[in-house]
Amino acid sequence: MSLSIPARDWYKAPAGAEKLWIGLALLWCFVMSLMMPYWHFRGKQNSRGEAYSVQPMDFFQRTEKFVAANKVGERGGVPIVEPAPGGEAYLVARMWAWYPILKLRQGETYRVHLSSLDLQHGFSLQPLNMNFQVLPGYDHVLTLTPTSKGEFTIVCNEFCGIGHDKMFGKILVE
Amino acid sequence: MSSTLTATFPASPDPAARALTRKCDTTGLNVCLEAERFIKFNAVSAVVFLLIGGIAALLLALTRWQAVHLLRVDWFYRILTLHGLNMLIFWILFFEVAVLYFACTTPLNARLFSAKVAWAGFAQMVTGALMVNYIILKGQADVLMTSYLPLLAHPLFYLGIILVATGTLTGVFNFFATLYVARRDRTYEGSVPLVTFGATAAAIIAVVTLLHGAIVMIPTFTFSMGWTAQPDPMWYRMIWWGLGHQSQQVNVCAMVAVWYLIAQLATGARPINETVCRTAFLLYVLFINIASAHHLLVDPAVGATWKIWNTSYAMYLAVLASMIHGFTVPASVELAMREKGHTKGLFGWVVALPWRNPAFAGAVLSVLIFGFIGGITGVTLGTQQINIIAHNTLRITGHFHATVVGGTSLAFMALAYYVIPLIFRRDFIWRPAARIQPWLFGGGILLVSLGMSFAGSMGVPRRIYDIDQSGAFGAAAHLMLGVMGLGALAAVAGLLLFVLLCVGTILAGERNEGRPMADWGVASTLAGAREGSLADDHWAVKGTVALTAVFLVCFAVYYFANWKALADVWPVR
Repeated sequence: MSLSIPARDWYKAPAGAEKLWIGLALLWCFVMSLMMPYWHFRGKQNSRGEAYSVQPMDFFQRTEKFVAANKVGERGGVPIVEPAPGGEAYLVARMWAWYPILKLRQGETYRVHLSSLDLQHGFSLQPLNMNFQVLPGYDHVLTLTPTSKGEFTIVCNEFCGIGHDKMFGKILVE
Repeated sequence: MSSTLTATFPASPDPAARALTRKCDTTGLNVCLEAERFIKFNAVSAVVFLLIGGIAALLLALTRWQAVHLLRVDWFYRILTLHGLNMLIFWILFFEVAVLYFACTTPLNARLFSAKVAWAGFAQMVTGALMVNYIILKGQADVLMTSYLPLLAHPLFYLGIILVATGTLTGVFNFFATLYVARRDRTYEGSVPLVTFGATAAAIIAVVTLLHGAIVMIPTFTFSMGWTAQPDPMWYRMIWWGLGHQSQQVNVCAMVAVWYLIAQLATGARPINETVCRTAFLLYVLFINIASAHHLLVDPAVGATWKIWNTSYAMYLAVLASMIHGFTVPASVELAMREKGHTKGLFGWVVALPWRNPAFAGAVLSVLIFGFIGGITGVTLGTQQINIIAHNTLRITGHFHATVVGGTSLAFMALAYYVIPLIFRRDFIWRPAARIQPWLFGGGILLVSLGMSFAGSMGVPRRIYDIDQSGAFGAAAHLMLGVMGLGALAAVAGLLLFVLLCVGTILAGERNEGRPMADWGVASTLAGAREGSLADDHWAVKGTVALTAVFLVCFAVYYFANWKALADVWPVR
């Protein structure tokens, strides 16, 4: 009984159906444990956490330099910036906007630098539903290859104050 | 019920213990009166915080249900902060202290180590919880439960949380001291009962958890006072989740202990193999402490190796523990039922279970919701790479409403159907309503969890006031938020009914002193049945084998479907 003192000889090995289940469960745990290293080497979607320490103002200046060098247009006062294929792109999160709008080419690979100027933010690319954490002081680098064309919305999915639900950005893929 | 239970637990003959204890009229066990007093205090406080959290839940659900969208934006985040802390921290911790005080006294025939220590712990917890709620409602702590730096709340917020943590630690100390004294004074011979063992595992994890809380909250508090520099936000996240995730494993341990307890009370089940059950609890203690990694899987500055090793709890050995309990609990019930003569087919014993017993029904729903929804989604979403398509979406919220609410809270509610008659010594009022309460609450929370999970699969973020601003979410997402809203209405109705039943019974229930509690219903025994007749038949639990096989198939299908969904998004490194 679970509420009373067990008999003195309670120590015994599992047997029968219980033993079978423990074996199956352990096997399943091994499968799940091995899936992650497998996907790390063979899968295409991984979060390695590549990041560098950065001061928010330095990051903003790098972004401004990137915008000035690669600006191809403007929408609603926000610059549209097209990085060179295979090149670096910068995306700033701040209360309450993503800056600038990125224009990428399908099938090309970019190193997208993400950082925040103030609070923590959540990079959530819709409708793909890809999500990454953005922190102040950390230059979080995603090596990203757009494989579908269209206009994608970045919403913020880490609470960042009263305007959190109005914090959007765009990634355009051609 | 009284006859079966009295036969099971012979009373202690020690006359010296009698002055400070009473003999339970239902079970014949000795109940320490000091422990009983603090079980009452903690249980009542727990229900008060549950009520606050429940009202908050209703307001939140009616806001996120876009068609209703009730609250103003500032109040939405304020009530969200209130909801998280009252439900996940206060209701759970107060109830757990009550469970601990029970588990270290009555089953061991022991007396509580110290009423003064119990007072000290309780006073700290109540003071802390009131401070936190006050400062949140005053509008000076709109930082949500996680209070991620550099978000900053009023210092009272952090101080309140620190007080709740130290108060709980004080209670946990009382628990360990009671265990030590009981052992020293030989109030029992041999090993502690399984329920006490599970509670001990919970208490050990609680110590580790609350130390994390102290490590992260003290520098945040001194920062909020302007005395020290701001702690690093990434460091904060890692240590905070050492508090935030591990504390939920305290719940898991306590919940599993409650499953075993109710299985025994309602069906006379006994653990098939004590070694297996205890080893599973030990696995929680050993491997749960790295669970904080589950929240950092798409974070910067923690590498793939760290993420993979920690997210798997070192080869998923803590998941193994839950899967073992998920087998042994139903298996022990099935064995007990078959020994009672319910042997028809695979599931004849299921039909004969005491479904009208609200404690038993609640425990069964708790096992099913925790296992099939909470467990499967939790392991899958907490897979390192799959987290990319789940992090900070409503999928996460859908997962933990199945574990903490459908699992833990429902199990605790179920236990209350025995705690109140046995400890407060009053029989429940309005018993037909009590019989449907677990179904109403469990069914509601199931809809909440499914609505959230599906909306999250479509990318809907958690913790957001309004999803219509972005224009990124369509009709299907709105439909799922509506499902969540309807589920929340049912769940909150179930919660309010529970509070009403508890408070009504404590105030006006018929006293049952001097007689056994009014029976909720136990499994019937057919003619010719013999207890222990199947003790050596290791393959008798065929129904449980079938059920767990279905579980494993569901798990595998959901798990690999998510890898497929991940493979469909853009390549990223």
